[in-house]
Amino acid sequence: MPAVSMTVNGKPVTADVDPRTLLVQFLREELRLTGTHVGCDTSQCGACVVHVNGRAIKSCTVFALQLEGAKVATIEGLANGDQLHPMQEAFRDNHGLQCGFCTPGMIMAAVDIVNRKGHDLDEHTIRSELEGNLCRCTGYHNIVKAIAAGARAMGSGAAVTQKAAE
Amino acid sequence: MSATGIGATVRRKEDQRFITGKGHYTADVNRAGQTHACFVRSPHAHARIKGIDATAASKMPGVVAVLTGADLAVDKLGNLICGWMIHSKDGSAMKMAPHPALAQTKACHVGDPVAVVIAETLAQAKDAAEKVQVDYEVLPAVADPAQAQSAGAAQIHEVAPKNTIYQWQLGDKGKTDAAFQSAAHVTKLDIVNNRLVPNAIEPRAAIGEYDSGTGHFTLWNTTQNPHVARLVIAAFIGMAPEHKLRVIAPDVGGGFGSKIFIYPEEVVALWASKRVGRPVKWVAERVESFLSDAHGRDHVTHAEMAFDRDGKVVGLRARTIANLGAYMSTFSSSVPTYLYATLLSGQYNIPNIYCEVDAVYTNTVPVDAYRGAGRPEATFVVERLVEVAARELSIDPAELRKRNFIHQFPHQTPVILAYDAGDYNASLKKALELADYKGFAKRKRESARDGKLRGIGLSAYIEACGLAPSQAAGSLGAGVGLWESAEVRVNPTGSVEVLTGSHSHGQGHETTFAQLVSERLGIAIDNVSIVHGDTDIVQFGMGTYGSRSGAVGMSAIVKALDKVEAKAKKVASHLLEAAEGDIVFKDGKFTVAGTDRSVPWGDVALNAYTAHKFSGQELEPGLKETSFYDPTNFTFPAGCHVCEVEIDPDTGETEIVNWTAVDDFGVLVNPMIVEGQVHGGITQGVGQALLERAIYDKDGQLVTGSFMDYCMPRAHDVPSFKVGVTVTKCPSNPLGIKGCGEAGAIAAPAAVINAITDAIGSEQIAMPATPQAVWTAIQRGNATRKAAE
Repeated sequence: MPAVSMTVNGKPVTADVDPRTLLVQFLREELRLTGTHVGCDTSQCGACVVHVNGRAIKSCTVFALQLEGAKVATIEGLANGDQLHPMQEAFRDNHGLQCGFCTPGMIMAAVDIVNRKGHDLDEHTIRSELEGNLCRCTGYHNIVKAIAAGARAMGSGAAVTQKAAE
Repeated sequence: MSATGIGATVRRKEDQRFITGKGHYTADVNRAGQTHACFVRSPHAHARIKGIDATAASKMPGVVAVLTGADLAVDKLGNLICGWMIHSKDGSAMKMAPHPALAQTKACHVGDPVAVVIAETLAQAKDAAEKVQVDYEVLPAVADPAQAQSAGAAQIHEVAPKNTIYQWQLGDKGKTDAAFQSAAHVTKLDIVNNRLVPNAIEPRAAIGEYDSGTGHFTLWNTTQNPHVARLVIAAFIGMAPEHKLRVIAPDVGGGFGSKIFIYPEEVVALWASKRVGRPVKWVAERVESFLSDAHGRDHVTHAEMAFDRDGKVVGLRARTIANLGAYMSTFSSSVPTYLYATLLSGQYNIPNIYCEVDAVYTNTVPVDAYRGAGRPEATFVVERLVEVAARELSIDPAELRKRNFIHQFPHQTPVILAYDAGDYNASLKKALELADYKGFAKRKRESARDGKLRGIGLSAYIEACGLAPSQAAGSLGAGVGLWESAEVRVNPTGSVEVLTGSHSHGQGHETTFAQLVSERLGIAIDNVSIVHGDTDIVQFGMGTYGSRSGAVGMSAIVKALDKVEAKAKKVASHLLEAAEGDIVFKDGKFTVAGTDRSVPWGDVALNAYTAHKFSGQELEPGLKETSFYDPTNFTFPAGCHVCEVEIDPDTGETEIVNWTAVDDFGVLVNPMIVEGQVHGGITQGVGQALLERAIYDKDGQLVTGSFMDYCMPRAHDVPSFKVGVTVTKCPSNPLGIKGCGEAGAIAAPAAVINAITDAIGSEQIAMPATPQAVWTAIQRGNATRKAAE
């Protein structure tokens, strides 16, 4: 089996993988980072969103082998130790989650939206940017509120230093 | 109210693990030496299994075993069952066909599992599953419930001639027909309640493990009711006696009903773990969810409502064909009967109601309870009839509803239920105010100026929740009691664990249940842990569904807390050297009435365990109490939702521009969590009304078998919601709670369709009201009008 090396949440990792191993399988099964979830098999639900080289991707759409040398950040690497990322705080403060299964992907997607669209996000922008993330519990109302609040908080200097992995 | 007590908006305790990726779902569990399962599923809707050749598959790399229905038969495992008996009009019992966990003689729906491959890795299991040769003789299939009983339709199970499971009725046919004969006006509707796929975002999963040393089985499972799963797998499948079977439901990622039921895959994972002597793990792919999770709804109904000259409803009658799919799922029989026809009185004083329901088999995935379960179907019938009648009678729809509301409580409907409390006028009035109903005409004119059609629709729903008084449920056919249990375990240091039979899969019990304990005992909410989801730890439980966790699960905790307080007072009386009857417990302190002598909660807890200050022969040491609470009635949440839509007549696209929900859930424990439940429910209802439909072609192939084809509601499909409440306390449980989990999904579809039909001026629109369907209805309406001119 071929080997692949990448940096995950700031830590270098190397492993031999079956070539057909998807990034999400590599994270969950090889590294036991089970915060990244699988909710579908057609790249629709977004439960598996992680950051690769600072951009959000669905980790079910890419093979682990394609990411030689990449910097990968998952939900487990978002907080700075015990200090939550402002987007994590915002999801809790605004009740932006219920069962929690879509949540890691939602939060990773939300941080990416802010990185691309800035800190002052209107409802329309947030709703259309969430095209690739499904939630069956919340009806999105509080997720939209959480992302708007998290975006503001990230802009107000409350943001923890983005980790090296990003 | 304390900052963390009943009624307080408390941030959820469980969120920390979910927002940091530390949630622990079944698919996250890995056992030493585990193998992986891949099911071989029928590609045909209906086919005789003439033979299965696993020779090639068995030789594939990493394969540990290939097991079939024949192996299941050798081990004499029992069938999956439906636990609610329904009798037909003629007194005969429902026709329950055998449902083996792996099909043995024939496959009855696409996705029916016929074999399982167990291998070292999932990839190896999947590769080998491709090599299992199944010799099928394809049989004619029937997927449409309206066709299932016809003479030429494929016959699915021998026990059920004409695919008919039961022909059931409720109400007085003679009196209802008489009311229709003398009616001044009759409104008639043909309704298809579209088939839905629940689609919790966490797919189902199961890990079976057998310990040959002790003979114990353990099942990790995505279930809403682990004890019920254990009971069925022990008593009916015969896998192991209950005391040798442990079911663990760790974090569960949404259920909406679909994770109540006992499915073939968990049975097979457990059984196979003994066969191969190693743990067996199975995690559904989404396509398997579509092909094996119980679907919801799927009714075909003709309904009529009769009015007198004053616009008072004098009768309602409905005839429904309910599709139960290829096999009877765990509670399927109850959904189109006692959870449906009993709600046909809505919020209205209707003296005569009669309903007939035929439940049928088809070559489709089994159908069972999905958020609302029967009550969305009933609400859609009642609220569409009322709305259409208002238009036919030229009475304002809000006024027609008001004219027929029930005002006196308790109210006995002609269809079993006795509503205990409510104020339907209050929720209607508040909803109309919040929705600016008066300003609608102006908004409609403004839309018209932009070339858009604007419509407004109401849905004044009611539901029966808090399932259920066990004796009543038993008399209606339930195979189980529907009480709930709780154990309150006070530790020597005063912190508390509550073991509850309710199960949280998004509802926030770890917070709301702790709020109750915090307020009652006067201790910090962080000193309370809620423990659930493990049959080896929790005493027993009937699980979470039917919006019952608050009304029934929390009531059990109240009863256990009553016992804890009584015992603690005995301990305190010894510490304070006072009579037990003189001890008052308030704000976390035990005080001798009329004095300033008191002892705090923590001291009493500690002394209950040290037992130094009282005789252990006169008073048992320790502080731990259990209660089994059986409710006295169903609860009756009700309210009014108002949907306002704007439609582009050129494309048929519907935009929901305003949504107002005013609900009466009785006492709210945590308003933030209640609102979240309402938002989620509405969005599922909007999904049903605008986007979602499980479509089978005539051969029984599921055309909408993935998120590519089945349209799930996304963030841009719904607006932000205006949510309000009115409160009448529920008199049937100690906390006054009614339940809030299903209301949105029950109310929403009728509100959306009433708004769309208002906008386009045509009642002929089926769910989901896709742009194509709406555009077609507009064109048809235009053509009809032109012809009339």
